[in-house]
Amino acid sequence: MFITLRNINKVYHMESVDVPALRDVSVDIAAGEFVAIMGHSGSGKSTLLNLLGCLDMPDSGTYHLDGVEVSKLGSDTLARIRNRKIGFVFQNFNLLPRTSAEENVELPLFYGPPLRSAERRERAQTLLRRLGLGERMQHHPGQLSGGQQQRVAIARALVNQPPLILADEPTGNLDSRSAEDIMALFRELNREGITIVMVTHEPDVAQFSKRVITMKDGAIQ
Amino acid sequence: MNAMITIKMAMCALARNKGRSLLTALGIIIGIAAVIAVIAVGQGASVNMGDQISSMGNNLLMVFPGSQNAGGFRGGMGTQQTLTVEDGEAILNECRFTLAMTPLIRSGGQCIYRDKDWSTQTQGVNLQYPEVRSWKVASGEFFTETDIKNAARVCLLGQTVAEALFEGEDPVGQTIRIRNMPFRVIGVMEPKGSTAWGQDQDDTIIAPWMTVRRVLQRSKFSNVDQLLFSLSSMDNLPVVKDDVTGILRQRHRISENEDDDFTIMDMTEVTKMITQVSRLMTILLTVIASISLLVGGIGIMNIMLVAVTERTREIGLRLALGARQHDIMMQFLIESAVLSGVGGIIGIGLGIAAANILASANNWPVLISPVAVILALTFSAGVGIFFGFYPAWRAARLNPIESLRRE
Repeated sequence: MFITLRNINKVYHMESVDVPALRDVSVDIAAGEFVAIMGHSGSGKSTLLNLLGCLDMPDSGTYHLDGVEVSKLGSDTLARIRNRKIGFVFQNFNLLPRTSAEENVELPLFYGPPLRSAERRERAQTLLRRLGLGERMQHHPGQLSGGQQQRVAIARALVNQPPLILADEPTGNLDSRSAEDIMALFRELNREGITIVMVTHEPDVAQFSKRVITMKDGAIQ
Repeated sequence: MNAMITIKMAMCALARNKGRSLLTALGIIIGIAAVIAVIAVGQGASVNMGDQISSMGNNLLMVFPGSQNAGGFRGGMGTQQTLTVEDGEAILNECRFTLAMTPLIRSGGQCIYRDKDWSTQTQGVNLQYPEVRSWKVASGEFFTETDIKNAARVCLLGQTVAEALFEGEDPVGQTIRIRNMPFRVIGVMEPKGSTAWGQDQDDTIIAPWMTVRRVLQRSKFSNVDQLLFSLSSMDNLPVVKDDVTGILRQRHRISENEDDDFTIMDMTEVTKMITQVSRLMTILLTVIASISLLVGGIGIMNIMLVAVTERTREIGLRLALGARQHDIMMQFLIESAVLSGVGGIIGIGLGIAAANILASANNWPVLISPVAVILALTFSAGVGIFFGFYPAWRAARLNPIESLRRE
């Protein structure tokens, strides 16, 4: 198994009230899967995605990613795993403003093994060209449409060649046409062997995946 | 992450907010500029003062007639009229560290050339005066031994007097009147500038001492106002002072329980005073520098805290993309160090410019010491790191999930 979650519990402590976010969650995801996590807001789907992305730690339970027990690692090692193994795609793109598409895509490379600047540029340009942004590499996010911005973000997620992409509502800020483009792109990437886990609340979007996990009140249904 | 990339990234981040970065760095810029300018001017001025002191003459020793004690009444310095040219010659012969000697007899009075007049002092001296004062003749000739012996009515003008009376005309060969006595101008001295205490050394007329005594003072006494010696080196000053005291006491027949009737002075007193003043100035400067850098540093800390808040999302993103806490910390530390370092560089430039303007307005030499420049640069970058530490630490400790969610 590529991802193995066993008996994961997570509680958020909010001013004297404890809010359980995940209750005894166990999931297996194989390499090359395309999974959509669905559920209403507050169902725990974002918490699950944050755990999968090594941005958060469970209160109890175990998480194996690519054979590594992640829940016991220090913050520097987790940063390394995020950098090498995971590509993040966000709802609001999270591109650096007033920074060119090319430089945005290069960003994860700064935190990986040292590369020459020419090589960094080369990798970013190859990806952008592949995603149909060859003409817009020097554009700033403000000069790009939503769909284009999300493609820059996907290029950034791919630049370190991670085996896993985690997407949090990747089409939430896009019109239906751009959303469809992005999902087609995801499907293509998945076909090439990249594991994709995506959080969404739109059934239209979820139908692009091969498997849907539905969550309710912090548990998988 | 490598340092060059981090520095480049910091530059880009600062360039995105040019106006704000400049305003933030302004505290550092002004502080460093002030320090550099004042140090440069201060050093220039103190070197200038040193020059002025040595312009009095190399290794100068002055002997004045002392005060007179008569029946309990004590007169001021110079009231006793015992010092003579012969005393000077005796000292020159007997004390082996004296190189040259000139007597000085002063006479004030009006001098006139055609329709112009000027009130100045005429100094009666001997042939060794140019050597003692290290003061050369610019045009014409110095007078001769015969001129002294004959009390010839010849004189040399200081630059100030030459300009006042002749206004560009060549004075050499002309005749002026000093206290209504005709004198032939045989030369003009080189410009010498003012003394450390602001007296214009060029505002003077130089004549043979015998002439001043006989023609201007019409005196029958043989006393002089001052004896000037140049010494081979200042190191022997105590020995020379002892020698001079011994010779003069013997020549003046002063018994052991009597006070000296002369006073010996040298330039070490003046030098000591100037050193004290410049030390005080250095302390003052350090205080000013510290305060301005402190204020500048607080400004940097303030704006870096704002930047951390503004860029919370960016920090969250970088953490998600694989930045370690250490990387985030370094990013903000280097950003504040670059901010204040660049501020320091601009400040140094402005300071040098200001020093040059001030110096050229006052005719000072400018001395920019490389030590001061390097120190200023190190200090400004240090201030950035020190005051950037807390904002950087806050940035590094941000929670990536909450930061990414921040609008």
